[in-house]
Amino acid sequence: MLIACPYCGPRDLSEFTYQGDANRTRPNPMSNDQSAWNAYVYERVNTAGDHREFWQHSGGCRAHLVVIRSTLTHEIKSVAFARETAK
Amino acid sequence: MAEYSFLSLLRNALSGNEDWKPAWRKPDPRPSYDVIVIGGGGHGLSTAYYLAKEHGITNVAVLEKGYLGSGNVGRNTTIVRSNYLLPDNIRFYEHSMKLWENLSHDLNYNVMFSQRGVLNLAHTPAQMDEHARRGNAMRHEGGDAVLLGREEVARMVPGLDMSASARFPVLGGLLQPRAGTARHDAVAWGYARGADRRGVDILENCEVTGFLREGERVVGVTTTRGEIRAKKVAVAVAGSTGRVMKLAGIDNLPIESHVLQAFVSESLKPLINQVVTFGGGHLYVSQSDKGGLVFGGDLDGYNTYAQRGNLPLVEEVMSELLAMFPNLARVRLLRSWGGVMDMSMDGSPIITPGPLPGMFLNCGWCYGGFKATPASGWCFAHTIARGEAHPLNAAFTLDRFARGILIDEKGQGATPKWH
Repeated sequence: MLIACPYCGPRDLSEFTYQGDANRTRPNPMSNDQSAWNAYVYERVNTAGDHREFWQHSGGCRAHLVVIRSTLTHEIKSVAFARETAK
Repeated sequence: MAEYSFLSLLRNALSGNEDWKPAWRKPDPRPSYDVIVIGGGGHGLSTAYYLAKEHGITNVAVLEKGYLGSGNVGRNTTIVRSNYLLPDNIRFYEHSMKLWENLSHDLNYNVMFSQRGVLNLAHTPAQMDEHARRGNAMRHEGGDAVLLGREEVARMVPGLDMSASARFPVLGGLLQPRAGTARHDAVAWGYARGADRRGVDILENCEVTGFLREGERVVGVTTTRGEIRAKKVAVAVAGSTGRVMKLAGIDNLPIESHVLQAFVSESLKPLINQVVTFGGGHLYVSQSDKGGLVFGGDLDGYNTYAQRGNLPLVEEVMSELLAMFPNLARVRLLRSWGGVMDMSMDGSPIITPGPLPGMFLNCGWCYGGFKATPASGWCFAHTIARGEAHPLNAAFTLDRFARGILIDEKGQGATPKWH
């Protein structure tokens, strides 16, 4: 698997660290809505298909990335800086 | 008389081996059953077997999307053990171990259960302490565990690098003598035959495409072989849990699907007599009766439903194997493959009624499902037959995450790739 880092270009999977599902929304830290926290911490959509997920280019520029990748074929559809797309 | 015995072997040998019956029939689906079990893997088949044997429920169908044994029951590294730390897990896996010990006899099918022992190596004093604690916890619940020193490990595993200059010098290990390996295909086939002979229909190439609902209640499934109705629908589909449950409208579960790779080397003369696990990383290796080394390591670490992994993990697994056994450096690899693991958020399974009325769910096996096969089916059958969990699986609920009563064996929190 090659991930095209927007800063460094295509690099091998071994340079990257997986940071998990990017479909979740972190509740306001002051929130005491139990079900919202449960959903954020424990529940996953576990998509079979195009999956939105966080990676860090930990063996390179250290940028945090949002990658859309097929969990059926491992094909990478898009890579962007997390600061631009993540909420 | 038992279907498979010395006498039946002799009789069939004399008659040219033409009178053997197939181990299971290939029936067409009936319009309705008392129970449908989705998933013809180890857990689904053992569930059907124990439904028939323990609860007298024989009007059962097992639905398998491919052929029997094509999923994780044929993709694991065949290790059977019960060396857990937390009481809920020890009791459950100890029950499984006891079922394993009598399984070939119970099924009248040789599953080649070999209690060769599982040895977890320790490389630091802290790991020795952790192993002592775990061993004590196991013995406290009635299991077996022996803490070994360096000399005992060296005698037991002569091929191991015991030099002081090893990257992670071995200090000792925790041995579970009753643990070992079993032939995984035989487990699937044995349960399939046992269930079939008691009247269960095993429907291969029958993929579930949707659920039939009456209001909230699940009353059957639509499949590639037509519509089948049932009073109870049980789901035991491991890595496909997310996909199947979405068909029922359950979009979120405390499960992520990850790939775990496994490897087999060319055949060697006997070298490793136990299952040996590496404490400096994550690796487990045993030697099959054919002589091949069967081993695996960690997950690849990203969500996937593809039954194959990537090369960085292959390199890591090989380097860990060589850190333990440098003498294997020139051994060639025969095969590698991947299986999709249903990683739960605390590393422990889910066996529960629900989440919808008429439905039962069995999932979250992480990469430890094979050793649980007998107890998983046994407990799931009880749960389906009685409509409520057995004390052995009462803790394995779906709502334990929201309620904060996790069974987090490793204390690593909601990061499935670490469990």
